[in-house]
Amino acid sequence: MTTETRRPTRQLIQPDLPEFDSSGLDPQLRAAIADLLLTMADDEFVIGFRDSEWTGIAPMLEEDVAFSSLAQDEIGHARLLYELRAALTGEDPDRLAFHRQPNEYRHARLLDQPRQSWGFTITRRWLYDTADSVRLAGLARSSFAPLADVVGKIRREERYHLMHLDAWLERLGTHHGKPRGKLLSALKQLSPVATSVFAPLPGEEMLVAAGVLSAPMADLAARWRSEANARLCALNLRPIADGVPAADGRDHATPHESFVWLWNEFTSVAQLEEGVEW
Amino acid sequence: MVMVGLSTRPLESVVWAALHDVHDPEIPTISVVDLGVIRSVSVGEGSVRVELLPTFVGCPAINVLQESITERLREFADEVSVDISFAEPWTTERITDAGRAALRAAGFAPPPARHQDESRNLLILPVMPVAECPYCGSRNTTLENAFGPTLCRAIYHCANCRQPFEQFKEV
Repeated sequence: MTTETRRPTRQLIQPDLPEFDSSGLDPQLRAAIADLLLTMADDEFVIGFRDSEWTGIAPMLEEDVAFSSLAQDEIGHARLLYELRAALTGEDPDRLAFHRQPNEYRHARLLDQPRQSWGFTITRRWLYDTADSVRLAGLARSSFAPLADVVGKIRREERYHLMHLDAWLERLGTHHGKPRGKLLSALKQLSPVATSVFAPLPGEEMLVAAGVLSAPMADLAARWRSEANARLCALNLRPIADGVPAADGRDHATPHESFVWLWNEFTSVAQLEEGVEW
Repeated sequence: MVMVGLSTRPLESVVWAALHDVHDPEIPTISVVDLGVIRSVSVGEGSVRVELLPTFVGCPAINVLQESITERLREFADEVSVDISFAEPWTTERITDAGRAALRAAGFAPPPARHQDESRNLLILPVMPVAECPYCGSRNTTLENAFGPTLCRAIYHCANCRQPFEQFKEV
């Protein structure tokens, strides 16, 4: 009866983010917040698509369902974060998600590699989830209220991801032989690159000074390492080595071939026709 | 005794009553009011504004809810807006007693009573709470999967009546 009021189906973004007034923000600080939001959105977007690769082929039905749910959560978080950035910059969130070139994405390098084995997937996701939870904690009391609100919501969902991945870490870590072997080799390969989640941001000092972010990324990285290592040590696993996050942890000037493959996948429909809806 | 007719009731309470007709598309036994997703209703000159708290950020039912709320409220105002709010997180504590009963009647275990401590280190995780079987009431149940058919549901198994069931996840 009121079909004319129906919203058109959008690709990714719902025009429903609460409005907020950011006109009082210093332009440089606004740009720094926008950059932070892009790194977080891209992380969630990429890991969400990586998760979705297991839909239909996970080693057991329960994980098929779980990883599809994880993917849905992460894409939802990415959407919200792209929207929040777009509200600051005036960009189109759909274009941010689907119409950038591979070298313009800002996800952490941890997420570049293909999914590989189940053990590799679990290890990477555990590393990402533990890192992401520390980053989110660093934003929970953000002076940028719209971000603090969104983070408050996201954290409640991420708890389940962490719980699930932590149970899997323990399962792999306590089953000697192949499961633990896969975990050990994945940890060895991924631990050094996991700090890329905390790669320094250009406007970081300003973000900390303004209370948008609670501490510099290097401090958050140290906090993450100590929390993650406590868990690894409990399972007699080699702790993550100390080290300052590399400055190029989110630099994709030469995009990883696996990310280019993934990018072609997730932009395949958007590339069909300008303005296509699905 | 003064009889208060419909026409003299403030429009706001009429709108709240009408919202009881709008149900969650994924769990049709529960209304949006009992689910606790309506944060506020404000009535202006020819307009109604509703604030909606999403249960889960990636929930695909959000748009469906916006549309069905708008459709239901159109008779009260020309201009109906249903705005998403994150100003406070929706938590399972917002589900009303009637809502919890509606969940149980539909074969869902309601989320456990609230005990969340915000100061708790979120990295040190609690075990999933014990769920009470909605069929036989037993607490001799085990978590099968924290992720169920929708984002808000977990899957349990009851060892007493051997019935699998779903629980509305605590958030």
